[in-house]
Amino acid sequence: MKKLQKVDYIKMYSFMLKIRRFEERAAQLYGMGKIGGFCHLYIGQEAVVVGILMTIDKNDSVVTTYRDHGHMIARGLDPKRIMAELTGREDGYSAGKGGSMHMFSKENNFYGGHGIVGAQVPIGTGIAFTHKYNGEKNICRTYIGDGAMNNGQVFEAFNLAALWKLPVLYIIENNKYGMGTSVDRAAAGLDLYKRGEAFGIPGEKVDGMNVFSVIEAADKAGKYVREGNGPYIIEVQTYRYRGHSMSDPAKYRTKEELDNYKQTDPIETVKAEILKKKIATNDEIEKINKDILEEIKNAAEFATNSPFPKDSELYTDVYL
Amino acid sequence: MSTEILMPALSPTMTEGNLSKWLIKKGDTVKAGDLIAEIETDKATMEVEAVDEGVVLDLLFKEGEANIPVNKAIAIIGDPNEKVEVKKEAPVEKVIEEKKIEKNIETKIENKKDDIIDTPSPKIEEDRNLSSEEITMRQALRDTMAEEMRKDNKVFILGEEVAEYQGAYKVTQGLLEEFGKERVLDTPISEHGFTGLAVGAAFKGLRPILEFMTFNFSMQAIDQIINSAAKTLYMSGGQINCPIVFRGPNGAAAQVAAQHSQDFSSWYSQVPGLKVIAPSTPYNAKGLLRSAISDPNPVIFLENEILYGLKGPVNNDINFSIPIGKANIEKEGKDLTIVTYSIMLQKSKEAALRLKEEYNLDAEIIDLQTLRPLDTETILNSVKKTNRLITVEESWPFGSVGSEIANIVQRDAFDYLDSPVIKVNSADVPMPYALSLEKLYLPQVDDIINAAKKVSYIK
Repeated sequence: MKKLQKVDYIKMYSFMLKIRRFEERAAQLYGMGKIGGFCHLYIGQEAVVVGILMTIDKNDSVVTTYRDHGHMIARGLDPKRIMAELTGREDGYSAGKGGSMHMFSKENNFYGGHGIVGAQVPIGTGIAFTHKYNGEKNICRTYIGDGAMNNGQVFEAFNLAALWKLPVLYIIENNKYGMGTSVDRAAAGLDLYKRGEAFGIPGEKVDGMNVFSVIEAADKAGKYVREGNGPYIIEVQTYRYRGHSMSDPAKYRTKEELDNYKQTDPIETVKAEILKKKIATNDEIEKINKDILEEIKNAAEFATNSPFPKDSELYTDVYL
Repeated sequence: MSTEILMPALSPTMTEGNLSKWLIKKGDTVKAGDLIAEIETDKATMEVEAVDEGVVLDLLFKEGEANIPVNKAIAIIGDPNEKVEVKKEAPVEKVIEEKKIEKNIETKIENKKDDIIDTPSPKIEEDRNLSSEEITMRQALRDTMAEEMRKDNKVFILGEEVAEYQGAYKVTQGLLEEFGKERVLDTPISEHGFTGLAVGAAFKGLRPILEFMTFNFSMQAIDQIINSAAKTLYMSGGQINCPIVFRGPNGAAAQVAAQHSQDFSSWYSQVPGLKVIAPSTPYNAKGLLRSAISDPNPVIFLENEILYGLKGPVNNDINFSIPIGKANIEKEGKDLTIVTYSIMLQKSKEAALRLKEEYNLDAEIIDLQTLRPLDTETILNSVKKTNRLITVEESWPFGSVGSEIANIVQRDAFDYLDSPVIKVNSADVPMPYALSLEKLYLPQVDDIINAAKKVSYIK
């Protein structure tokens, strides 16, 4: 397993907290009518993307679902411009034309942000195909929600990836619900990580509330894929604290269930580890907390002051 | 009692075959199921089995003989002890039967092929680089892909049976041999998956050519084409383009019925972010496919199975291209305008000849070549000259390309019209299987003539 330095602990904590503070602010802006449409929050799932992030190369590619804000922050993208996309402004990553679900940053190898459940899976497989075609040593991380694991094109992509030995790491973020339908009401067979078995794709299940477990699994899987052995599946057991989207009251689950997961909160787990290992003091952590709060506040400020796209932008970017 | 072995029809569109090899010789005894010959069709070389038993009394064609019509006797088998009489003239009864068969075949061919007129348009004849040799549309497409693959390593082709099988319609013949399996990839029958994969590869900078065995199967993948390929440039604020060509045969083949005979031109033409091309000759297939492969946007390239065998001259300059978005005035005329594309160009040309002969009507024919973006200027200029318009296409009538043209023309050239615009489309039903009904379903030359008479107020 990757040897973690002190600086790594701080990095993990900061990124996870930044994601949470960002999402909380996004929820607030949504409530104020500054963000429209669909808005899917990542709160509770922070350890997944941050854990994976600790093991990757900057030239690796990534493609994910519509629950993408946290993924962009973890990729090191600017929260100001992410928030400006959520508010539909010209400084947003997609110039205000994509919105919450459709954000991209080509220069950072971030290929979306896809609004159609399952569609990103063949696409990520194709990006991995390109890495191989070009003789690059990079891999494509392709995130999949548990809901998409019942979608046909996912298995078509698995078959192609295994058949052509493509450097793709599939990460199933199993947050237990596809919209309002729990996994056990949607999937026949709950071991989603085994769904590549028929294609010869190895898979494993990981505790996604614990960032250290994610790192360990991602490190091992990443090496396997990078060495040219073909695809690998990690199923990360996680939980979203909020509803599917902003308009979801989440009445399909109990308060006890939610509270139970909060007992294993991923950010608190890292914080406890930092204090235990004396990597930072309480005061130093407070300082980080304050800085992040400030950064996100500024992002919200920026995103609500950035101008709306010009009317003439309606007709641009249809064709290159 | 001797039996004739006839040239078999080995594919829905086969009308003649080449005898590449005899696997029997005179005097051999054959049993039902024995291989007797190798026949090269429009799609592949296939072995033919005997159905009847007996001794080979005569082989009527030599190895290598080409263009032998379907149902022509190629060998005679029978009992050698009987007095053998290879008849030069078949008995009367037989002749009638054969005539019937031939007529049947003729109808089939007429239905599909004899409206195909391959006189080059004036524009093509002006081309100084025109080849003296005529090649098929199939070869024109193949050559263009090969030329572009030689120029740019990022261009690759994937699809079902494109590599080892050499293409379900032989359009990719020889590409595997020249470019290897890294650039010519057989996919599983998995349109949704491999289309998404190709779109991802295009996002990441490759330039895939994706062959749909037919566009009917693109329905399995239409989400990736529309929601991913067509929209991502816009949704990413101009960051991520998708340089991909989706190509393959579109529209009706011959008697393959409802699920395998459908024209998708207006479906795809409705989508911003896509460009849609429908070539009609080897010449424009070459020029347009080059433009499609070079284009930084997703392009739907609608070929036609019946046209794959159409021969014509081409421009062999490896940089020759025809711009996307430009229609071709195939024939100038003053009395009415026929706007058409793909295989219906050929039927429209036949109709124009008869309109001149029978009604002294001089029709102008516009071959759209590109459906999106549509060359409205060329259409409007023509209508302003002729004052009458018919559109001819193979798609269903509701919301067809012709419907949009009718809308544009009534909006922008209302005062120039001397009669309502008339659309000629396929029947508004699923494609039937029966030969007779299939012919009724598809627009025929007579339908075009009737529409032309109507806009010209000729009873």
